[in-house]
Amino acid sequence: MAYSEKVIDHYQNPRNVGSFGASNEVKERKDVGVGIVGAPECGDVMQLQIKVGDDGVIEDAKFKCFGCGSAIASSSLATEWIKGKSVDEALKIKNTRIVEELSLPPVKIHCSVLAEDSIRTAIEDYKRKNGKLDEADTGHAHAH
Amino acid sequence: MNFPIYMDNASTTRTDPRVVEAMLPYFTEIYGNSASRNHAFGWAAEAGIDRAREQAASLIGAGPKEIVWTSGSTESNNLAIKGAAQMYAKAPMGEKSRGHIITCIIEHKAVLDPCKRLEREGFDVTYLEPGSDGIVTADLIRAAMRDDTILVTIMWANNEIGTINDIRSIGAVCREHGAVFHTDATQWVGKMPTDVERDNVDLMSWSSHKIYGPGGVGALYVRRRRPRVRLQAQIDGGGHERGMRSGTLNVSGIVGFGAACEICENEMESEGERLLALRLKLENGLKGLMDVVEVNGHSERRLPHLTNISFGFVEGESLMMGIKDIACSSGSACTSASLEPSYVLKGLGLGDELAHSSLRLSLGRWSTEEEVDFAINSIHQAVEHLRVLSPLFDLHNEGIDITKIVWQSH
Ligand SMILES: Cc1ncc(COP(=O)(O)O)c(C=O)c1O
Ligand code: FES
Repeated sequence: MAYSEKVIDHYQNPRNVGSFGASNEVKERKDVGVGIVGAPECGDVMQLQIKVGDDGVIEDAKFKCFGCGSAIASSSLATEWIKGKSVDEALKIKNTRIVEELSLPPVKIHCSVLAEDSIRTAIEDYKRKNGKLDEADTGHAHAH
Repeated sequence: MNFPIYMDNASTTRTDPRVVEAMLPYFTEIYGNSASRNHAFGWAAEAGIDRAREQAASLIGAGPKEIVWTSGSTESNNLAIKGAAQMYAKAPMGEKSRGHIITCIIEHKAVLDPCKRLEREGFDVTYLEPGSDGIVTADLIRAAMRDDTILVTIMWANNEIGTINDIRSIGAVCREHGAVFHTDATQWVGKMPTDVERDNVDLMSWSSHKIYGPGGVGALYVRRRRPRVRLQAQIDGGGHERGMRSGTLNVSGIVGFGAACEICENEMESEGERLLALRLKLENGLKGLMDVVEVNGHSERRLPHLTNISFGFVEGESLMMGIKDIACSSGSACTSASLEPSYVLKGLGLGDELAHSSLRLSLGRWSTEEEVDFAINSIHQAVEHLRVLSPLFDLHNEGIDITKIVWQSH
């Protein structure tokens, strides 16, 4: 399969790789939200961590990904896009925009879904830790 | 070194220039139809075919009349499996319980799919599970035998992991029970010594393009004595190949296949030793540089030139992206149209993560030590790059067993 130049660039120079500490540490931190999602289609796994300021703005984001090149690129891109956004703005990022930006072919659409899901799951985790989660936040819809 | 480096010889091989040389006259000079009995063009073509038949037969310890030319292993497998099942069926078409067939879940699709079709046509098929080492033993076959078993089809060497079955013992069990024994020897013949008499084989498939011959040519060995094996033809027409496979022969291709067989017979021993040394260097090099690197399948009973290695915590497709100067294949789902990871690796009982994390590297006649060194270095770098990115590697380093995690799915 031929990859787009943007996918190759994110693969070779992934942005914001890492985490804000060991998994049991970040579990305790109220300013950090963690999203770990797996793609049932292919078994790939993506982890996104967000660090949120008191004003509800995502100050920093880190990712790790066990997945194909498109999944790595999608999660790397997602960290770039959510930094500086409020959590509610970040929730509006749809996988279709990732597909467009990275020129992903149809079989790779679920890789972008994984990135969207990881953003949502990380934000939910942050909100849950801070008692801000209401039911409306947990519903979601993808464009597959 | 020329880039990219070719390490996908289990998929197909470069045609040996000596083979091309042998083929050339058969395009523009000796272009007759080998079935034309009335003129010199036909006779010359037939002489080329006869010679190739001897070269192919000699490679496997058979007689020339026991070779049926086909278009490759896929066709040979289809002819052997469907042809034998239909010939030895216990009941006519349209009825049930037409006979029992034994095969294994990690066979090539060109064996499994014909078996599935036969199932729909009233045959019973047992799909054996190999051990976690990928080996199908004679004991497994013996335990699966039934009074109505008509056919056993077990590959000689596996195309994804290179493991070798004990064909001689399996053949002996089949003979004891009066079942016809077919082996898909696509990855074996030409690489390892083969003797259909000593090894108790009744039907055997192999393919030219895997042994440095041209594509689109293959052979099926069909035993003629002790016992004589008969097959129902799958391609009807002019009655070529003693009625078993009609169609004007691909003379130039068959001549090339014959030449490829002869070269393999002469060079097998030294080539095998050389490739084994290179493969061990590759495997040991990679294992020495990194943790959680597993060679899949039995550690000794394997082909000299093929290895299948899982690199823990790293996904196969992204690994392939990182080693774009090496042409090889991956057991990862993501490299194929389907997203399922390799059914062969899963058939060994490997977890999804390890099945996803594998590379198949297969060396060949022109592989060099320099290329192996390059591959070790380049795979090492890519794995390290990806482990930094891998959440699974973090968990591993924190002492968490990733096989026990239940992922949240959506
Ligand atoms: C074990 C095995 N059987 C059958 C085949 C199919 O061979 P061919 O490409 O000659 O049809 C292959 C090659 O892909 C193989 O490795
Ligand atoms: S995440 Fe499954 S193929 Fe990309």
